[in-house]
Amino acid sequence: MEVDVLKRVPVREQEPQIRAANFDEVCLGYNKEEAMAEASRCLKCKNPQCQKGCPVNIDIPGFIRAIEEDKMEESFEILSKYSALPAICGRVCPQESQCEAKCIRGIKGDAVSIGKLERFTADWARENGIRPQAATEKKGKKVAVIGSGPAGLTCAGELAKAGYDVTIFEALHEPGGVLVYGIPEFRLPKQTVVSAEIENVKSLGVKIETNVVIGKSTTIDELFLEEGFSAVFIGSGAGLPKFMGIPGENANGVFSANEFLTRNNLMKAYLEDYDTPIFKGKKVAVVGGGNVAMDAARTALRLGAKVHIVYRRGESELPARVEEVHHAKEEGIIFNLLTNPKEILVDENGWVRGMVCVEMELGEPDASGRRRPVEKPDSEFELALDTVIMSLGTSPNPLISSTTKGLEIDGHKCIVAREEDGRTTKEGVYAGGDAVTGAATVILAMGAGKDAARGIDEYLTQAQ
Amino acid sequence: MYEITKKKFLSENIFLMDVKAPRVAKNCYPGQFVIVKLDERGERIPLTICDYDAIAGTVTIVVQAIGASTERMAEYDVGDALRDFTGPLGCRSELLDEPVEELKKKKILFVAGGVGTAPVYPQVKWLHSQGVLADCIIGARTKGLIILEEEMKAVAGEVYVATDDGSYGFRGNVNDKIKDLVSQGKTYDLVIAIGPLIMMKFVSLLTKELGIRTVVSMNPIMVDGTGMCGACRLTVGGQVKFACVDGPEFDGHLVDFDGAMKRAQMYKTEEGRALLREREGGTHHGGCGHCGD
Repeated sequence: MEVDVLKRVPVREQEPQIRAANFDEVCLGYNKEEAMAEASRCLKCKNPQCQKGCPVNIDIPGFIRAIEEDKMEESFEILSKYSALPAICGRVCPQESQCEAKCIRGIKGDAVSIGKLERFTADWARENGIRPQAATEKKGKKVAVIGSGPAGLTCAGELAKAGYDVTIFEALHEPGGVLVYGIPEFRLPKQTVVSAEIENVKSLGVKIETNVVIGKSTTIDELFLEEGFSAVFIGSGAGLPKFMGIPGENANGVFSANEFLTRNNLMKAYLEDYDTPIFKGKKVAVVGGGNVAMDAARTALRLGAKVHIVYRRGESELPARVEEVHHAKEEGIIFNLLTNPKEILVDENGWVRGMVCVEMELGEPDASGRRRPVEKPDSEFELALDTVIMSLGTSPNPLISSTTKGLEIDGHKCIVAREEDGRTTKEGVYAGGDAVTGAATVILAMGAGKDAARGIDEYLTQAQ
Repeated sequence: MYEITKKKFLSENIFLMDVKAPRVAKNCYPGQFVIVKLDERGERIPLTICDYDAIAGTVTIVVQAIGASTERMAEYDVGDALRDFTGPLGCRSELLDEPVEELKKKKILFVAGGVGTAPVYPQVKWLHSQGVLADCIIGARTKGLIILEEEMKAVAGEVYVATDDGSYGFRGNVNDKIKDLVSQGKTYDLVIAIGPLIMMKFVSLLTKELGIRTVVSMNPIMVDGTGMCGACRLTVGGQVKFACVDGPEFDGHLVDFDGAMKRAQMYKTEEGRALLREREGGTHHGGCGHCGD
């Protein structure tokens, strides 16, 4: 295969017009030939900057070199040392602002397609039945992990590899957290990718108990006192949706992105033979500009709607990944940027009929460093709609913090935890991921889960 | 999987089940609910807890078969198992956080409408265990829909049955019965009303007039039941609340029932359902707890 060292090997995708009507994965990934060609573009730097850009510090030149040399099993072994969920990270990490942003090849030309290569190795391993190895030496201590999203799965996997007896408690009926209820099938296939990586974590010896709501079904204190756990990791995420507080928000046809996506992804409402319904609007506005907003918009589109993204800042301020925005535009999502909702219009029966919006312009930078959007006078206009999906971010669920004595939280209800190892204000309790930071990314949660696993290992080793 | 250890029909389409769920049984209190998912394809159905036995590790639920999922559930029998059974969810009844001495001074009236009798029962039973006898009105359209009357009599002070058609007990709805009791000179300090939205609305309007503090239990559409989706949001005292984590019990005099009924309406009225058929297409099969009567 011919390789232009300055240009990345293009990755195959479903055509926009075709994929806009199905829930199959958009990106088809590299085949072996393409992966080896792309791997050959890596400079194998002695002082790899990319690795510094990775929250879990993966030996990136190492696993890429193995691909180039056609040693796929070795490539997977290297990846597995650093990450329990490579097929997921290869798909949903914001590589363009992490590893790939630091790639030396990217200074002149395209950065190496590190994410797509990670995905290739992980998919190859799964297709060839290769699984990470369970620890042979047991520590004889039990650790409880609360939540089976990226933070919990990573922490559990790391602790199991270190020989601990780990049980994950999941509140929902399926493990995976946001990987299952939040991120749609067309971006992250549930059966082939998520279930398979969860099975890998289980094959390390991790037990998963679903339908256990910590703070309700049992408490952290009971886990210590009655169930014999020596340490607890909280990776319960940021599950509570925010609303704007504008008039009309309780009308029929207004949903949180969480509800809309949970119905579709976790409850599989888009499949005819599942019982859970989903409201298939014809004219939908998604309010917000993050990855979750893109996911909700592209899901509504696939269910047959004409979809607007309504976001109060400009294009360069969109918090979503560039790739997601690009895919959304290709599929025909309409972007109403510098636009803010004022009121949801409701018909006489209580249903959404439209939304009053106002145009915005960017003023002085605010605390976040982004320019603050301010309303343009007399610029109000109406969008005719039947559905509004609020995607304004989420905050941590207080179920755990409110039932655990001695666990400090901050003003945003986030659990206070030490950055380097996730240690909280309660002895033996560690935390990481969105429960600590508020809504962030899969890979940052994984990084926190990994750091906390090290913290727990140190704590339990010292306790001996 | 969660095994069914007992099943009994209480009326033609209302049935009771004991389900083996030790974690829930050990930690649940009156006023809370569970979420049940029958099988892989089923919905998550919120159901109130009617009774529990921490030693046996079982939880009693009472279900009205009114949609695809609950009708399918009615076919399950002893020895079968439910795929998922999560809980306890929601806050426990505020009665449990009040000193028993205070409760003993109060005259409490429960108003139970139809299948709403199920979540009333554990509260009355708990009060009985604390030496407090509360009165209870059990109301329904007709005699065949009155449930748990004997069980209630064993733990309550006075039990009054009211049927709209007069086929059993007092002829009239629960509000008529409250007025009847008041006209007889009965006084109450607290009313706890659980039943259909329309019943709770009118009980709350009446008790506001009578100046009796009133607690209602809301059962709106839910998906996860842990605060994640916001589907169950309602307005209470001008503020948006989530029934699953802030409730399900609220001050009946502050709940915006009309707003709640509008949200429930999409599943209740013919227009609403026609629109849902169009919007949700083949994906709506009932079982949401809001279809049917």
